[in-house]
Amino acid sequence: MIINHPLLGQRDSSEFTYLGDAKLIERPDPDSETATHDFYKYAYLRDNPAGWHKELWFHEAGDRSWLVVTRNTLTHEISKVEMARDVAREKGRRR
Amino acid sequence: MRYSGFQVIKQALNNHKGWKPAWRDSEPQPHYDIIIIGGGGHGLATAYYLAKEFNGKRIAVLEKGWIGSGNVGRNTTIIRSNYLLDGNEPFYEFSLKLWEGLEQDLNYNAMISQRGILNLIHTDAQRDAFIRRGNAMILNGADAEMLTTAQIKKRYPYLNTEDARFPIKGGLAQHRGGTVRHDAVAWGYARGADSCGVDIIQNCEVTGFKIKNGKVLGLETSRGFIGAGKVGCAVAGSSSRLMAKADMRLPMESHVLQAFVSEGLKPVLAGVVTFGAGHFYCSQSDKGGLVFGGDLDGYNSYAQRGNLPVVEDVCEGGMAIFPAFGRARLLRMWGGIMDMSMDGSPIIDKTHIDGLYFNGGWCYGGFKATPASGFCFAHLLAKDSPHPLATEYRFDRFERGRMIDEKGMGNQPNLH
Ligand SMILES: Cc1cc2nc3c(=O)[nH]c(=O)nc-3n(C[C@H](O)[C@H](O)[C@H](O)COP(=O)(O)OP(=O)(O)OC[C@H]3O[C@@H](n4cnc5c(N)ncnc54)[C@H](O)[C@@H]3O)c2cc1C
Repeated sequence: MIINHPLLGQRDSSEFTYLGDAKLIERPDPDSETATHDFYKYAYLRDNPAGWHKELWFHEAGDRSWLVVTRNTLTHEISKVEMARDVAREKGRRR
Repeated sequence: MRYSGFQVIKQALNNHKGWKPAWRDSEPQPHYDIIIIGGGGHGLATAYYLAKEFNGKRIAVLEKGWIGSGNVGRNTTIIRSNYLLDGNEPFYEFSLKLWEGLEQDLNYNAMISQRGILNLIHTDAQRDAFIRRGNAMILNGADAEMLTTAQIKKRYPYLNTEDARFPIKGGLAQHRGGTVRHDAVAWGYARGADSCGVDIIQNCEVTGFKIKNGKVLGLETSRGFIGAGKVGCAVAGSSSRLMAKADMRLPMESHVLQAFVSEGLKPVLAGVVTFGAGHFYCSQSDKGGLVFGGDLDGYNSYAQRGNLPVVEDVCEGGMAIFPAFGRARLLRMWGGIMDMSMDGSPIIDKTHIDGLYFNGGWCYGGFKATPASGFCFAHLLAKDSPHPLATEYRFDRFERGRMIDEKGMGNQPNLH
């Protein structure tokens, strides 16, 4: 698979390590009443869809940036690559 | 029909015209007491033990394609019980014991071959870890033996023990481990279940659950609605897709694992050997092909095919220990979809929905578990309580912090 890095252009996927579902960006609030259960769901449960999947890839052998890759798990086709930073900021995260 | 040497001679005299299909091609009935979803090894074994050991009544297995089209027909056929943790080892040793009696039990030749498995050691730390593992195995009634390099060389002369980046310093052997003809496991269980009255319904995909007031009443399928008292799901790599239809999210990701077979060779490899400094394992099939594999591709996939970086990695691992095999040509390669759980261990449990039971999360090691998984799942379905050897395989272990994480990797499925 080739990942079209927003800053570096086309890179082989073997330069990256894979973390999984991009929902991991949305960390639950540790101060919430339901934090224990929220963190269980956050850490252990996954949608695991067959089809389009937004996922986190880390450019370990490159610029060490985190990317959000939109990829089809049935065909391995990649339709979109974004900087994880930008995605997180759009969701209202400051860092 | 009972299979025997006498039967082979008798049929030969009759130009082999008397053989019957090994199982019936059943039409779905409107209602079953218990329906198993998934005609892989685990689903078929579950149906067999339900019918035979637990006096199940009307039982059906629903398979979306043909039985054995999933991982049971795609794996590299290794059986072993060399686990470390208490939640796992007694279960896998039970499975190995069931394998040892399986062909007699099923009256079916599954080509079970206890040719032994050898895990190579390359460092002192690894030796310590494997001695501990071997002791855990022995404590649980399994066999284990630490071998020296000289002992290993005798049985595996082609191993590169010295002139290597990772010299081989010894190994942990389980002599009762080995290989099995995987298709024959699906066929043998199917035939056994069928002869106990189980309906095996192929080309029947489950598309939805009928659930009312928290109780499952039946299944929507590509061949119409089928009512059920209880439903057991055993669909391996498709687990998340299936259970999503019951609004469940699982502690699981689906990943692709590749396997490879070389052209047929004369006997060169006596047992199963695993590399300890990279991910590569290899055995030789009875046809002569080298059967080998290694790591997962590492990203979520339902594609049943992998990519080239892992092919390269697996072959490098092979070349590191068996340089001579570099001359063999590759015949076939393929992929299967693994139900990778968050701690690398399986789940055999009830769900929160009444009458709905789940079996999955087998990762890349579920073939060896087939008999015990079927037995324990049948026990759960019949008695509504877990089999004593499968009490740790519960859904809630993640929330309770009781993970069974053999490798200590944490909740990162692609690392297990
Ligand atoms: C390349 C590879 C190598 C492996 N090597 C080993 C090994 O050496 N040793 C080992 O112990 N394990 C190994 N495994 C793992 C092992 O094969 C699996 O863990 C095990 O086979 C899974 O259980 P199963 O046989 O029931 O799965 P499957 O055979 O996959 O059965 C699941 C069935 O469910 C059906 N299904 C799915 N969705 C539906 C639906 N909606 N309705 C109806 N039916 C449905 C599928 O068609 C499939 O037939 C390997 C796996 C792979 C892919």
